[in-house]
Formats: sequence, C-alpha cells, structure tokens
Amino acid sequence: MDKYLWLIPALPLGGFLILALAGKQLTRASVAIVGAGSICLSALVTIIVGGAFLAGMPANAVYTQTLWTWFEVGEFSAKITLTLDVLSLVFVFVITFIGALIHIYSTAFMEADRDYARFFASMNLFVFSMLVLVLADNLLLMYLGWEGVGLCSYLLIGFWYEQPANGNAARKAFTVTRIGDAAMAIGLFMVFQQAGTLVISDIGANATTIWQPDSTVVTITALLLLAGGLGKSAQLPLQTWLPDAMAGPSPVSALIHAATMVTAGVYLVARMHAIFALSETARLVIAVIGAATLLLAGLTALTQYDIKRVLAYSTISQIGYMFLALGVGAWTAAIFHFMVHAFFKALLFLAAGAIIESLHHEHNMFKMGGLKDKMPVVFWTFLAGALSLAAVPLISAGFYSKDQILWYSWTANGGSPVLWMVALSGALITAAYTTRMMILTFWGESHTPVGHLPGRRMTMPLVVLAVFSVFAGFIELPHNFGHFTLFSDLLHPVLPETVMRDNIPSEWLFQLLAALATLSGIFLGYHYYYQQPARIENLRRNGLLASLHRFWFSGWGFDALYDRVLVKPFIFISKVNKSDVTDRLYTGIAAATGEMYKLLSRTQSGSLRWYIMGLVVGAILILGIQIML
Amino acid sequence: MVGAVAAVIAGEWNRHLPRWIALAASVTGLLLVILLWANTSPHSLTDGQWLMDYRKAWIPSFGITFHLAVDGLSLLLLGLTFFLGVLAVLCSWDEIRERRGFYYFNLLWILAGVAGVFMAMDMFLFYFFWEVMLIPMYFLIGIWGSENRVYAAYKFFIFTQASGLLMFLAILGLYFIHGQDTGVYTFGYFELIDTVIPFKTAFWLMSGFMIAFAVKLPVFPFHTWLPDAHGEAPTAGSLILAGLLLKTGAYGMLRFVVPMFPEVVTDVAVPAMVLGVAGIIYGAVMAYSQTDLKRLVAFTSVSHMGFVITGIFALNELALQGVVMQLVTHALSTGALFLMAGMIKERLHTRDIEQMGGLWGPMPQMGTIGLVFAMASLGLPGLGNFVAEFLILLGVFQAQPWVTVVAASGLIFSAVYSLRIVGKIFLGPRRTMEAVPDFSLREMLIMAALTVSVVWLGLFPQPVIDTAKPAITELIRFMDVHHMAADHQSYVK
Repeated sequence: MDKYLWLIPALPLGGFLILALAGKQLTRASVAIVGAGSICLSALVTIIVGGAFLAGMPANAVYTQTLWTWFEVGEFSAKITLTLDVLSLVFVFVITFIGALIHIYSTAFMEADRDYARFFASMNLFVFSMLVLVLADNLLLMYLGWEGVGLCSYLLIGFWYEQPANGNAARKAFTVTRIGDAAMAIGLFMVFQQAGTLVISDIGANATTIWQPDSTVVTITALLLLAGGLGKSAQLPLQTWLPDAMAGPSPVSALIHAATMVTAGVYLVARMHAIFALSETARLVIAVIGAATLLLAGLTALTQYDIKRVLAYSTISQIGYMFLALGVGAWTAAIFHFMVHAFFKALLFLAAGAIIESLHHEHNMFKMGGLKDKMPVVFWTFLAGALSLAAVPLISAGFYSKDQILWYSWTANGGSPVLWMVALSGALITAAYTTRMMILTFWGESHTPVGHLPGRRMTMPLVVLAVFSVFAGFIELPHNFGHFTLFSDLLHPVLPETVMRDNIPSEWLFQLLAALATLSGIFLGYHYYYQQPARIENLRRNGLLASLHRFWFSGWGFDALYDRVLVKPFIFISKVNKSDVTDRLYTGIAAATGEMYKLLSRTQSGSLRWYIMGLVVGAILILGIQIML
Repeated sequence: MVGAVAAVIAGEWNRHLPRWIALAASVTGLLLVILLWANTSPHSLTDGQWLMDYRKAWIPSFGITFHLAVDGLSLLLLGLTFFLGVLAVLCSWDEIRERRGFYYFNLLWILAGVAGVFMAMDMFLFYFFWEVMLIPMYFLIGIWGSENRVYAAYKFFIFTQASGLLMFLAILGLYFIHGQDTGVYTFGYFELIDTVIPFKTAFWLMSGFMIAFAVKLPVFPFHTWLPDAHGEAPTAGSLILAGLLLKTGAYGMLRFVVPMFPEVVTDVAVPAMVLGVAGIIYGAVMAYSQTDLKRLVAFTSVSHMGFVITGIFALNELALQGVVMQLVTHALSTGALFLMAGMIKERLHTRDIEQMGGLWGPMPQMGTIGLVFAMASLGLPGLGNFVAEFLILLGVFQAQPWVTVVAASGLIFSAVYSLRIVGKIFLGPRRTMEAVPDFSLREMLIMAALTVSVVWLGLFPQPVIDTAKPAITELIRFMDVHHMAADHQSYVK
C-alpha cells in the first residue's frame, strides 16, 4: 500500500490546482465537490494506507517514498521524500479526517460567499501544506510545508480582504510566525553544518554521536528549532498573532486551531525529539514556556467577550499544555492531547461558527444567551466539546489526555512541583472560562433573535466530532485504572518512553486533585455567571480588579509592547530615510562640482587686468616654491 | 548570434512595424540558446567547461581578438537574456507608441550588449560590450521614461560610466603587467587569468573591477542610481535593467574578479559579505517606506542583490550555486513585479501604491499572479527564489555563521515589504472606481511564462544547477589551487 502514500498530499494539491486555475468556470456545486471531495478522498486513502501500515507494521516501522530529487549541490542533497511512521500517521489522520469534516461543513457555511472557489482553493492548499509538513522525511521539505502553511494562513485570515483589519491580521500572522521561521532556518543551517544532512531519520539515529549531551551547540540548535515551533504554535513570546487570526471565516479558525498550523510546533519538537533529548536546558525552556503560556492565555480567555477570542486563547493555553508535556519528556502524552484537542477544538469552532452565522454575525457572548432550546443540536455538541475542554472527569476525552500531562508534569524526569502547580491552576481556569462561555451563550435570556438554523451539512460534522470528543479518551487510560495504553504503545516505536523520577506519590491523589480543580472551576463559573451575576458587577467596580481585567483582556499588553518596541521604531526609521540618506553623498558630490564650476567660471570675467594679475600671482607662487625648496 | 541580432537591428531601422522584427530576433536568440542547451547533454558538460568557442583576430597589433565562448554559466544567463528579451518586446507592444523603430533598435542593441558581455573572452571585447549596453539604456530611460527621466538617465549614465572607466584602467593595468612579465601583450581572458601579480597591485586592480561590478549589481552604498533609473524607465527598461544589467555585475565578479585575484578576494571576503548583508537589510527597510511601486521594487532588488554579493564571497560551492540560482530567479520574480507595475500604471495611470487598493476584486488573475511573485520575493519554498536564498545562506553559514544570522533577518524584512505590496495594491477597500480590466491575452501569456518558470525552478532546479556546475567547480578549483600555492609559499619561507 505504501506506493499510494503520495496520493494523500497529492489529492488536496490537485483540488487546489483545479480550483485555482478553473475555479471561475466551475459551478458552485462542482467547486464544493472538488474542494471537499479531494480532502475526503485523501482521508479515505489515509485510512487505507494507515490500516495497511498498522496491520503490516514493517520491521523498521516506516514507509518511505521518494518522488524526486529536489536539488543536490556538492554534499547537500534534498529529496522530495515522504515518510510515514506512527507519529506522522496520527497527524495525517487528524489533518485529513478533521480537515474533511471542516470542508464538508464549509460547503454549507460559505454557500453565499462570492469567492467560493478561492476559499476552497486556499483550504485545499492549506491541508496540502500541512500534510507535506508532517510527511516530510527531511527538514527542508518540512520547511516547504511549514512556509506553505504560513502562506495559506495569510490567504485565509485575510479572506475577506476588503476590510483593512482582516488584511492587517493576516499580515500580522505571517510576519510574526516568519520571525520564528527565520530562527528555524538558522537552526537548519546549524543542523546541516554539524550533521551534514537534513534527513530527519539520519539525524535522529546519529544524534548522540554528533552532539555532546548538554553542549552549548546542541542547546542553541534545539532552541533555534524551537523558535520556529513557538511561532507557528503561538506560544510565548510569539503568541500575539493567533487571537487576531479570528478575522478569517470560522471554518478557517477550526482548521488553523485544530488540524493544521498551530500544532506544527508540537509536531516539530516531537519529531526532533532526538535533539531535544540531548539538551536539558532546551527541554526546561519548553516546559517553562508551555506553563507560562497556558496560564497567561487561560487568564486572558477568562476576560474576553468575543466567543471566538475565548476559543483562540483557549487554544494557546491548550497548546501550552502540549509544550509542557514535551518539555518534561512526556512525548506521547503531548501527542495524545494534541489529538483529543483537535477533535474538541474543531468542534467548538465549527459550533461557534454556526451560532455566529445564525445570530447574524454576532460575536459577543453577552449578546447571545438562551440558545439552549433554540439550537439544540449545536447546544449538545458544543456541550460535548466544552466538557472535553474543561476536562470533566471520566466522561470526557479531555480528562484523560490532560490528566496524563498533569501527572507527568510532576512525576516525569523533567517535571517539578512548580510546573504541576501551574498546570493544575490552568486546569481550574480552563474549567472556569469554559463554564462562563457555556452559560453566557446557552443559558439566560436571549438577546439576539435566531436566524435560520444550520443545515445537515453543518450539523453532521458537529455530531461526528462530538462523538470523538467524548470517546477518543478511552484509547489511553491511566495506569491505575484500566491501564489501557493503546495510543502510547502505538507511538513508542517513534517516541521514547517517559522517564519517571524516583519515589513518586500515588496517582490517585493527582487525579483527585485534578478532578477537584476542574469541578471548582466549573463551580466558580456557575456561581459568578449563573447564580450571582451581580457579584461580577461588584468585582468590576473594584479599581484594581478592573485594571487587572483590562490588562488581561488586552492579552497582557504584548501587542502594545511589540508595537512600541519593534513596529513603531521600524516604521519610523524606514519613513525618515524614505529618500535614502546615502544618495546625499552623491548629490553632495554633484552639488560640490556645481559650486566649483560656478567659482571657476567667475574667474573667466573677460577682464584682461584680472588675467594678468592671475598670471603674475601664479608666477610668483611657483618661483617662491622653487626658491623655498 | 550577436551578429544575427545586430544585422536585424540595422535592417529594421526604418521599417514601419519594427516590433515584429524585434520579436523575431529575440525569439531566434532564445531558440538558439535552447538548441545549444539541448545539445549539451549532461556528459558533455562534465567533459569540459566550455561548450562553444569562437575566435577571430580583431585588432591583432594590440592583441585584441573577437573571442566568444560559452560555458554553463554563460549559457544560463544567455537563456535568461533572450527569454526576458522576448518578454520585453511583448510588454512594449502597446506601451510604446512614439518612435518605435528607434525604441526597438535600442532594445535589441542592449540585448546584444548583454549577450556579448556574457560571452566575451577577451577583456577588450568585454569592455566593448559593457559599453554597448550602456548607451541604448541611457536612451531608453531618457526618451521613453516618465516625468523625471532626464535626471534618472544622467544619473544612471554617470554612475556606470565612471565605474566602467575604473574597470578599463584595471584592464589596461592587467594588460601591461602581463605584457611585461611574459612579453606577450594580449587582452585574452585565458592568458590574463594566469598573470602573477604582486599582492598590492592586485588589490588595486581588483578594486577597479570590483567597483564597476559593484555599481552595476548594485552593492550598498553604490545603489542610489537604481531606484531613480527603475522608477523612470519604461516597463521594458526596468525589466531589462533588473533582469539583465544587474546580472552582468554579478557575472563579472564570478568570471573575472574571483579567478583573477583569488588571494585578494579571500582577503576582502568578510568586508564584502558585510556590505552584502548591509545591502540586504538596508534595501529591505528602504523598500518598506516607498510609495512609488517601481522604486519599491527597485529597493527589493538592492536587498536581493545583497544576497548575491554575500554568496559570491562565501566562496564555496553551495553559496555559488545559490548565487547563480538567485541571478536567474531574481530576474524572473523582480521582472514580473516590474511588469505588473507597468500594467497597473497603464490602467490607473499612477505608480503610487497609496492610490491603489482593493484591486483583487476587479482583477483576480493579476492578484493571484502578484501574490505568487510577492511570495517569490519573500522566498517562499516551492518557488525558485527560495532555492537560491537557501543555498546562499547555507553556504555562507559554512563560511561565516554570524553573517548568515544577520542576513536571515532579511527573511523577516522581505516578508514585511512583500506583504505590504500585496496588501496595498490588492487588498483593502477600492480607492478608484474606474473600470480596470483584468489581464489581456498577451499579458496573460507573459505572466504565465514567468510563473511557470519560477515554479519550475522552485521544484526542479536541478537542471540549472547541473548546467552551472562545471563553471562553479572550476572556480572552486581555482581558489583551492591558489590557496595551496599560497600555503606552499609560506611553508617554503
């Protein structure tokens, strides 16, 4: 089956090409068929190839397929080679499967849009780029997918291009992630210089002979690669683009947040784990960044009004959990959370999109309310997603994946009580803002009349995703009950086992505390937004809390900071020098020549007396000099 | 080839429809190059560096020969010359309405000059062609340019002429030194290249060459003629200026400066790379604030050419291959942007990007193509420019890691200005309510040719790399031989 591997990315690419070249000539129905069909077929091929792969499980557990040699110069060689192992299989599955659902949803969601074909062309290219990213066998090809993802995010965030704000958000997304990409490119140069190759499997196999553990070189290399991941995954300090990325249509947000783009950083770190394993400093940095991000983004989510912004910050926060897991060495836990998160986050965004659409583009949660009975399908599916996000014990997939991370953040080799504390408070905050979002949107009085309800093409994906959001957790149960580790067993050929610390406390205790955190978070939200809404008003009157609220609301002032420290000075320098200061040098020379000419031309006065005078003075000077010498 | 082109020029002098002749001439040139390329199968490339050699005595008493030769490097650049030549004729089809005969005469004359520069193997002949491209370009800007054309034309002329003179002095110096040493007075490239020159003299001679090429390339801080010349030139003028004339500077460095003065080159490598990086960043920052679309693209050229000079002085195979690639891809991508600027100007009668906006709506095709080339100029993988910049940076990293680190910031800046181009022109609300038609068939043909090329080079760059390979390896060998000789000398001492 491995010879069909190339079809997985080729199908979306084909869809993109057809739509980009002939999109204008096609009818809407055929655009939808090409756009969504290509991804569905790709998902189908994934299931077939993946099934054959898992059933056959080759000895080295890798399928590779070389398509052609990209370029070869001297000792450097880059091939267009696809690699399928279990890690990429998980990603490919999530990308194509969730991607297909999002595409089906979009055929209805974008129905009225003028640029139907352009939308699907960009979406297909997005899926294609992401597939290349995860299937690449070398870092350069991965970089191709990596940048392609950036391009597509630019196209889709700025999809409604007539609004200048959307264009700005798109530009911001591209530029901010590009900063990380530039660092990553330098990382690639370092890897090539030291390893002599960019083929990932070769680097992984020889990492221990190439680099000294914990040497400065390996740490710098790892951190540079990480910078790329931080940009794409919207982690501190490059997180500022993601909330603005809401400017795109809702299915785009779902695609960016769940199946593509933001998970690229997680994939990169997991894929290059051989390098990260060699540098304790780098892993510590990852864990700390993850922990800081999850807390910061969670608190910000608590203050937002726009339902999509809440979800955006919750993504940043949940990816923070994944980074935390990667940092402490819980590789499989991170990937598990990635998968579960992809299901429920796609669900939440699509459901939010349905709500916004039905409420005539109303984003503000405070103007929603009372939708529980009016939009039952959306309510129940949204609830399933929210339970998973809040990690409600036992009945949600999110519990199983997040609980694992909490547990490892203390007990894994790289873990510590501080990290665990942060993660635990993050869990509480997550539950609180999720409850707040649920209550504001679905309970209470209705503030905006509901327009038309979403059709079947939109609700079907919601239901499928809801099922996965609830049940996907059962493929990996904690050690102390069930001890069913299908998922991590699957990944272990690629990712190392988590190394635990000595004498760790009982896991029960941790689960109890995690459950407690979630429940108290839910209670807080319930209390302040359902039972006693007046208390919120009281809190808001407190000056200190109000300014704290403003600070959190603005995303901790990062935008203002960057604007002042980076953007403004750059524009200032650029504007001041618009007419190019170096040109002054040459105009200066020209001007000086002109002046000299004027000066000399004045001597040409036509008056004989002056000429004789000049001759005499000149003669005296020359004679004088000769005598002196 | 040049003869054929020149003959056509003479013949078409007074005709009524010179554009067909110009088209035919440049297409013939292109076909000849393709024929030559097709005939050089990979193994004939590995046999020797030179694919074609034509030699005829010209002024024997001074040792001047009419000596043309083609290797992989020249072949690529020749192909580029005629490819852009065809496009230049096509894009002038309706734009130029006055004095068509003289216009196409100049256009073809420039092409002949450029082609000659890429083939000349006699220093005197090289200088001859170098000047040949200059004067018609001056006319092109000065006659068919826009408002401020006379100033721009003068500036262009003085910059290139003054620096060309320095080169001529250096050529003469080389001629006499070689003559005194060996008793054979010749301008032949293959003879002069072996001249043994004392280090100090070599430094000054190299500076003569270097300044001429650096002005042409242009290297910061010699770039200031470029925005003016580009801004005022007609579309085809900008296309040829950016696509071909700048490349002659880089070609000169690769062909003459590096093999003739290897020791000096190694010595000045770091300062030269620093200048290159300064150009990358300076050009990019300048590009951001420009409001005149053509000036903006001109500054992006300064930035991209910074990569070229940095790559040349990294002096390793990776970087040099990247440089060759960059020469080709930059010609395509920047050429396309200039063409687009010309097409927009035809429609909106302005080059001011503040007055554009929202053009995606009426012109989705141009928007798409514009986006492709903006992405090319910011180095998106999958397009040719990425391969070039990646190889250059990778090569430079082997030589001077810190230079690369700074140069990589160019990747960010290029994103900033490229997206500004797209944003200002195509996105946002409409500013003008005039009806703007999308591509005509002729325009579509031009842009499609460029797009296909740049994507092809991005995904299958290997043929280009293989073609340039013998020339590059020869260059590297030259450096190594000299290094070994130098090491040996110091060892003997």
